[in-house]
Amino acid sequence: MNAFYSNWLGGKKGAIELAILAAFIFIVMPLWLDIFRLNLVGKYLTYAFAAVGLVMVWGYGGILSLGQGVFFGLGGYCMAMYLKLEASDPVSTAHQTTPGIPDFMDWNQVTQLPLFWEPFHSLIFTLAAVIMVPLVLAYVISTAMFKRRVGGVYFSIITQAIAAILTILVVGQQGMTGGINGITDLKTLHGWNINTESAKYILYYVNGALLLGVIMLCRFILSSKFGRLLLAMRDKEDRVRFSGYDVANFKIFTFSMGAMISAIGGAMFILQVGFMSPSLIGIVPSIEMVIFAAIGGRVSLVGAVYGTLLVNYGKSAFSESFPSLWLLFMGALFIGVVMFFPNGLAGLYDVYLKGRVESLAGKFKKKNPPAILTPAKTELQNEL
Amino acid sequence: MGGYSISDLWSIVVMQGFSGLSLFSVLLLMALGLAIIFGQMGVINMAHGEFMTIGAYTIYLFSKVTEQYFPALMPYYFVIAIFAAFGIAFAAGYLVEYLLIRHLYKRPLDTLLATWGLSLIMQQIFRTVFGAREVSATLPDWLMGSWKPTPDIDIPLNGLFVMGISVVVTAAVILFLYRSTWGLRVRATTQNRVMAGSVGINTKKIDRVTFAVGCGIAGIAGATFTTIASTGPTSGSLYIVDTFLVVVFGGAGSVVGTVSSAFSIAQAQSILTFFLTNAMGKVVTLLTIIIILMLRPEGLFTSKVRK
Amino acid sequence: MLRKKSKSPTWNRAGRPENVSFLPVRKTVANAVAATLLIAFAGSSFGATPPTSQVDTTHLAVTDTEVIVGQLHSSTGTMAISETGAIEAERLAIDQINAMGGVLGRKIKVIQEDGGSDWPTFAEKAKKLLESDHVAAIFGCWTSASRKAVLPVLERDNGLLYYPTFYEGLEQSKNVVYTGQEATQQVFAGLDWVAKTKGSKTYYLIGSDYIWPRTTMKLARKYIETVLHGTVVGEEYAALGSTDFGSTINKIRLKKPDVIYAAVVGGSNVSWFKQLKAAGITGKDHTLLTLSVTEDEANGIGGENLLGFYSAMKYFQSLDTPGNKEFVKKFKAKWGAGAPIGDVTQAGYEGPWLWKAAVEKAGSFDTDKVVKAEESGQISFDAPEGMVYLESNHHLKTRLRIGEWRADGQADIVYTSDYIMPNPFPKGY
Repeated sequence: MNAFYSNWLGGKKGAIELAILAAFIFIVMPLWLDIFRLNLVGKYLTYAFAAVGLVMVWGYGGILSLGQGVFFGLGGYCMAMYLKLEASDPVSTAHQTTPGIPDFMDWNQVTQLPLFWEPFHSLIFTLAAVIMVPLVLAYVISTAMFKRRVGGVYFSIITQAIAAILTILVVGQQGMTGGINGITDLKTLHGWNINTESAKYILYYVNGALLLGVIMLCRFILSSKFGRLLLAMRDKEDRVRFSGYDVANFKIFTFSMGAMISAIGGAMFILQVGFMSPSLIGIVPSIEMVIFAAIGGRVSLVGAVYGTLLVNYGKSAFSESFPSLWLLFMGALFIGVVMFFPNGLAGLYDVYLKGRVESLAGKFKKKNPPAILTPAKTELQNEL
Repeated sequence: MGGYSISDLWSIVVMQGFSGLSLFSVLLLMALGLAIIFGQMGVINMAHGEFMTIGAYTIYLFSKVTEQYFPALMPYYFVIAIFAAFGIAFAAGYLVEYLLIRHLYKRPLDTLLATWGLSLIMQQIFRTVFGAREVSATLPDWLMGSWKPTPDIDIPLNGLFVMGISVVVTAAVILFLYRSTWGLRVRATTQNRVMAGSVGINTKKIDRVTFAVGCGIAGIAGATFTTIASTGPTSGSLYIVDTFLVVVFGGAGSVVGTVSSAFSIAQAQSILTFFLTNAMGKVVTLLTIIIILMLRPEGLFTSKVRK
Repeated sequence: MLRKKSKSPTWNRAGRPENVSFLPVRKTVANAVAATLLIAFAGSSFGATPPTSQVDTTHLAVTDTEVIVGQLHSSTGTMAISETGAIEAERLAIDQINAMGGVLGRKIKVIQEDGGSDWPTFAEKAKKLLESDHVAAIFGCWTSASRKAVLPVLERDNGLLYYPTFYEGLEQSKNVVYTGQEATQQVFAGLDWVAKTKGSKTYYLIGSDYIWPRTTMKLARKYIETVLHGTVVGEEYAALGSTDFGSTINKIRLKKPDVIYAAVVGGSNVSWFKQLKAAGITGKDHTLLTLSVTEDEANGIGGENLLGFYSAMKYFQSLDTPGNKEFVKKFKAKWGAGAPIGDVTQAGYEGPWLWKAAVEKAGSFDTDKVVKAEESGQISFDAPEGMVYLESNHHLKTRLRIGEWRADGQADIVYTSDYIMPNPFPKGY
């Protein structure tokens, strides 16, 4: 129990943070917002998975992935394929040339379900694929790169190229993927209508619970010896290597885990939004996910969630009232967070609110002050 | 390919070779500015495409002004406008370095985020100033049409022009980096900033001018591309991924590397799109680049930079 | 046959009572109060204006003086280039309708949302417009992808969308009115014309790689092969955003087709035409018929690069009728002399007018009643392009025109077809 408390929840401080976040997600939001807005928050929270993954990969691992959207998207596509097959039963697609296949295949003169779609009739397989497909891809990419000590900027650019390639592939193979339209008009999950109001509430809560679970899992990993090695690696990779550790394996593990976390978010996205679009695997969302994590503070798992919510709230609010100012605001946000608040929301919290929160928590002394250096202190030469 | 005469095939081979070369010069022009900024300074400038757009809009403005007030000068404005494109993009780059980039040299990954933000802001500024629609500059006649060495062969004049510009710019960059005192200082700063500073080189000034030169070259590229591609607020974003790939594939910090990587990517893509479809050609090229990069992470040509 | 079956699943679903139960109770009460007040006043003060309780029974954003509609296009991102014209035209139509006294005595108020060229955002904004703002109708979308993203939302919340772009067909939703042409209207008559006037036998098809060009090219290929007895010597798709057409153009030179039949879109379009011209393929000695160049695109491509090529569209700005001249004058007065007016812009302009006609025929803003009016086959509008008739399949009966491009970015209309019935689900294709 005690180990659970200190490792999974992150001690007193971590437990309070989690409790506040949980209260915010589970109580404040549903009471405050109507179902439409709550569903939007649910959608934003699915991006938070990707942001939390990035905190692990980038904040702690020092690897800036510009391809996080790829894994988010792959998770989403796996889920969407299952839902689409369910929505394309022979009865409701009877007017098609080939009934029983998804509508976009019919438009593209595909007359038989492609082989790789077949297993997605099974929910169990789909759930496994949501995790495994991105995981395997991440493993292959990261093994190829980290074993050869590709890192830093190169890695970022290559992940970005992968996002570009995958988008071209998905858009180009529209008979099998739905192309630029994506996979639309999804209705049921194993017979359960995901578009009803009650389903939306349930999915929102499931999503929130999964997110908290993922954060706790990350906490657990970070509180282990592995977590400390990860930090050491980020700040002085060579020293860790010279101490006899295989740096590459740690990086591969972190990167793959980040991918898996994003993929869960992608699958939840599909369930709450009801369709999949290739624009989600492209370059732009991947970079936006990085800014979510950066706004949150890079090394703060909980901060990443708030960062995601804040940026997306800003995006919605601004584009409703001043559509043309939105890009200026977003651009200023990118620059501002990098120039003036490199530690993001978590940094602001540390400076302005931390003292008060702690005194509220009963003047409790922290046992382990987290010795986390910001990436700002790493040297130029290391990155290059 | 049955059914075609030898002369047909010959002219296709010639024109196909030319279209590969023309794509090569496009990629090279895009990448040169970035090769300097990224290769020499380690700054990831995601707004590179927007500096190209500055160049494109410069041409547009010059064409409109010339058409309105100095119609007699229409055949010549393009040349002047290219210099202006360099100047304006240079000035913008200088300003951006001063306000933004110089604070971030110690955090190269952060320059990526900041310049992405910058690119969003620049896109919105273009949209506000020039409107959301695409614009088109009236090109002088000597840039249009084709040159026919034989009745079956058409060599696009704008392709020749792009090639000419890219040769000139490449030569200028090589002279600048390897034959001028300034280039010597730039390279010294790249190799060992502290040491360069201690022998009296003003490294801050070097940084600023290097960055601005890189942006200026992007401006020239953008200006030149008005002859072959579109000019709109988001046109620059079409190029950014390709540009980075060329630089990374060539090996950062090596001009020779950039040239050879642009050449091989262009030829591969051009030949593949001839035999496959346009979209598949592009995918196969990109995949090949990624695989080669995994085998040779530092790119084709590695410059010897002290770690 | 095909069409009828396709309707049934979506049409039944939209009418289910769960849609209604969504509405917050507060709002219902407020409306009821407003309604009672209104009924009390209706007789005396509001003469011609029917009371709100009568024209709105589904809690739309309708008051006695105002009705709120949504406008959902991309004003940022890559699609802003194309969608700007539609935004402007819809605004113009709405202003004109308001100047004439509005719809059912109510002034139209617009809530504009930005889809940001991103399809999930389109879905989100459509949902916001319908579920938070309760708009009576939405004028919006440009790409098929954005329409497909919005469609399930519309059907679930029973909203109305007026969609202005020519598109691939294969769709007919109760909740959408398609004011642009579907593929068969744009393809067949144009091919007939080119085969007849140019006597062409061989065709090279090229499009951007997504659903609209692929579907139109499928129709075109079938039509060329079975009806025109011609040959398709090449069919090619370019990645969206692709700027290099050197190799493609060489392939075309090798095949020497009589007609190049093109549907390249976006930034690629500009590169495609500039590079064609540079490679010596011009309107002088080649026939090129495109489905994707309106005056908007011509503006970006440059008229000199299009000179002598043909576009198949239902509307060109140069159309010489009093109605169109008036429209062009008003449009330029509002949005500046430089603003080009393309096919989609004009189709966007038709949206609010057709909606007004349908609402007035229905005597109500309620979606189901408006839809019934739309399907009555009696809605028509004297548009800048000429009379258009809203058919019961939610598409317009219109003419097709072929325009030959001039160097100034305008087109000379060289052919006008008879009225063509819309047929979004063509048999045998």
